[in-house]
Amino acid sequence: MIKFVSKPKTSSYDAVIVGGGHNGLVCAAYLAKAGKKVLVVEKRPLVGGAAVSEQIAPGFIFSTFSYVVSLFRPHIIRQLNLVKHGLQIIPMETTYNPIPGDKGLVRWADAGRTRHEIARFSQKDASLYSEFGLAMGRLSRFTKNIIDTTAPQPASLNPKELFKLLKMGKIFKNFDGNMRYLNVKLMTMSAIDFLQEWFESEPLLPSMAGSGIIGTFMGIRSPGTAYVLLHHYMGEIDGAYRAWGFSIGGTGQISLACAKSALSFGAEIITDAAVDHIDIKNGRARGIVLENGDDIKAGTVISCLDPNRTFLKMVGEHELSENFITQIKRYKNRGSSGKVNLALSRLPNFRDGRPGQHHLKGDITIAPTIDYVERAYDEAKYGEYSKRPFLNIVIPSLSDPSVAPPGKHVLSAFVQYAPYNIKEGADKWPDKREAFGNAVIDTIEEYCPDIRSCIIHKQIISPWDIEKMTGLTEGNIFQGELSLEQLAFLRPVAEWSRYRTPISKLWMCGSGTHPGGGLMGAPGELAAKTMLTEGGV
Amino acid sequence: MPIKSPFHQRTSQFCQSMNWKDWAGYYAVVSYDTNHEQEYFAYRHAAGLMDVTPLFKYEVTGPDSLHLLSRIMAKDINKVKQGQVTYCCWCDDDGKILDDGTVSCLSQDHYRVTSAEPVFHWFHQNARSLKVTIEDITSRFGILALQGPLSREILTHAAGGDIASLGFFKLIDSTIDNRRVTITRTGYTGDLGYEIWCENNDALVVYDAVMESGKNYQLIPAGLAALDVARIEAGFIMNGVDYFSANHCVINSRKSTPFELNLGWSVNLNRDSFIGQQALKKEKKEGSLWQFVGLEYDWDAYEKIFANFDLPPQTPAQAWRTAVPVYNKNGKQIGRATSGAWSPILKKNLALASIKTGNFTMGDTLHIEVTAEYERQLCPVTVCKPMFFNPDRKRD
Repeated sequence: MIKFVSKPKTSSYDAVIVGGGHNGLVCAAYLAKAGKKVLVVEKRPLVGGAAVSEQIAPGFIFSTFSYVVSLFRPHIIRQLNLVKHGLQIIPMETTYNPIPGDKGLVRWADAGRTRHEIARFSQKDASLYSEFGLAMGRLSRFTKNIIDTTAPQPASLNPKELFKLLKMGKIFKNFDGNMRYLNVKLMTMSAIDFLQEWFESEPLLPSMAGSGIIGTFMGIRSPGTAYVLLHHYMGEIDGAYRAWGFSIGGTGQISLACAKSALSFGAEIITDAAVDHIDIKNGRARGIVLENGDDIKAGTVISCLDPNRTFLKMVGEHELSENFITQIKRYKNRGSSGKVNLALSRLPNFRDGRPGQHHLKGDITIAPTIDYVERAYDEAKYGEYSKRPFLNIVIPSLSDPSVAPPGKHVLSAFVQYAPYNIKEGADKWPDKREAFGNAVIDTIEEYCPDIRSCIIHKQIISPWDIEKMTGLTEGNIFQGELSLEQLAFLRPVAEWSRYRTPISKLWMCGSGTHPGGGLMGAPGELAAKTMLTEGGV
Repeated sequence: MPIKSPFHQRTSQFCQSMNWKDWAGYYAVVSYDTNHEQEYFAYRHAAGLMDVTPLFKYEVTGPDSLHLLSRIMAKDINKVKQGQVTYCCWCDDDGKILDDGTVSCLSQDHYRVTSAEPVFHWFHQNARSLKVTIEDITSRFGILALQGPLSREILTHAAGGDIASLGFFKLIDSTIDNRRVTITRTGYTGDLGYEIWCENNDALVVYDAVMESGKNYQLIPAGLAALDVARIEAGFIMNGVDYFSANHCVINSRKSTPFELNLGWSVNLNRDSFIGQQALKKEKKEGSLWQFVGLEYDWDAYEKIFANFDLPPQTPAQAWRTAVPVYNKNGKQIGRATSGAWSPILKKNLALASIKTGNFTMGDTLHIEVTAEYERQLCPVTVCKPMFFNPDRKRD
């Protein structure tokens, strides 16, 4: 276990990183590795931002917010020696869609077995499923190219940028006609419309479409959601394009591994140290001022916070142009999800007649019908949390017994929709929290009638709580929606997608920058590498 | 036709995949599920239970037991006290390895030996004029390997006696559900783990009791495919894969010596005579022809090999054991990799290899053959010690 202090060793650094989220830690590690004197400043007692493991009840360790890992870049794992620093990931092999009074649908790692499962609902879907996976796999390679480099700049005439576009064009060119059309459809259609071009049956359709809406304030019928489906085919664990995984010890262990790596390269990390503002003079960042009044000088200040918090709170509107401020204010955070974490005395009974626990080891999606998921969104549109939400449940203790006492379990339910701006006003969330939690447990109870008798402890997290605890504006888990108009060269705003900001010597490295949110590490890495090559630090 | 182990009734019940193989004449589960990943992760993060009954098992009793074993084993068995287990190998007169296994000392005139191959004749032949009885107990006893970081907790619940303080390579007589068992803190996964010996008649009762105790610890039955990955991570050699018993080699050059297999630490040369001693002394003095090493693939290069074919990198789905050539930087073949695997826990592509002495030093870059899209390619590998994974908990 590493113990962090809250006082820096000196008062001046090459770079100070505001916020110890996993991207800030990755950025720190790369800069320190390059010989820079780096300080990471985190307001909470533990590092990781939204990727933290916390003991909520004795013996029960929760991945409080972010709960699975898929896209963490394999080359970052290698370059920062994260395995040596404790990173361990177990692949999740199943996706289970329970249906009350039925066996439900399980998609297994085994293609044949999955085909048989889907065939119970549709022979056609069963025969197309692996073909769809292959098509998505091919398309995701186009996208993978984008997430592993800085955002392409289509308006730039810089030869380097043109070359990058050319390279992407080449991949696109190598697609046959059908793949090109498919790519365009993927970029423009709704998740469900896109999937319905392939499949016909429930619960396959809503369960697959569900992955298109995670973290967005959109419904499965909203155009643009199809693109997010692709993320599920980009997941790379162990070098292979594949599904999702659990971090042993919770997602906080990934952050800790990044922190240990950063420390090993000589970076400094302080916790319990909230930043009051970024010190700016004549349009240039000079350091930070902590809430306790301490002044820390820095050659470069790097913000791992979201764009809204960075510019509107840490920098201040008076330092920025009206146009930039307007764009930042337009940037959509719109928190749409919450989390219910349960400590369980035993494994709940799904009453599905399935033997063993294997089918519960991956994720469990509550999305029985298309209308169910769309209805959940309907409520959110008018400022209410879904009474019957889309749930993505995991029970990591089935794969990683270290997170719960023997025989006991932790259940984490990602809940959508829970709009930050409820109609009563976001600050009324504390009054609604219990009822929101109950709606989630009621929903689970329809599948596991004994769930209530298993609960030892519960933690209900609304988007308002996410904002209070982590600082993520409106509790948006991605530091801003991953909708197409907020991605790549438009993230967070046009002209400022390369980690720079209008303030000289102030850079960004969080999920609010390209390539966006999720436990990837890519923004932190690309920000550090850009700064190092462009003299930013 | 293989025979069934005393645990078969249970293992066959769990073996959904029907994926069996013949291991030394027994049915053995390759993987219980269609792939072995869950079982591998159970070994590394919880615990896996494996039927290792097919190991050949011998009981050596009588006043000259120690004498016999000291004569056969390259290791000095005199050093093995009651309640201890030791890993050792044994050789022919030319110092060429015949097999490797464990020797457990139940008392000064009572030992148990495990081996990969039948060695009754070899032991018997060397026991002439000694007051010793050698009995093949392979079909009398079943062995369960309980391996993984939670194996201690599980066994503490399941078995009587002080399991918690049972040291690395120590043994204890115990009971599980009132059946007599011998528990050794040994295994082939390179992790914390135990092996449980019981009489055939008690096998199912013991199996059920261990599984029941493991319920709260995510214990699952695990098979040979998962074990193979684990043993490569641990750098454990396998007879018939990484080396061949001298008895089975048609040509001399295929034979190996303990020094060539990185087992020099298990050879005690300066003591009373033992089989192969002179040859091994000579080798120690003059040097060995081969060295047994670990190889770590250069991942970026590996990825590039596949990217050249517009393919994502393909890691082997299972541990492989089809030897492939290893070259120096000038393209001259200087050895062979005998087995390898993708290590999910280390996130590395690994191989175990025999390389000709004098052609490399530790840390050097060599090249290994990789097939991508049916074409032979060379991938750079770094030479290292053949022990990739060695957690503290294994010995603590």
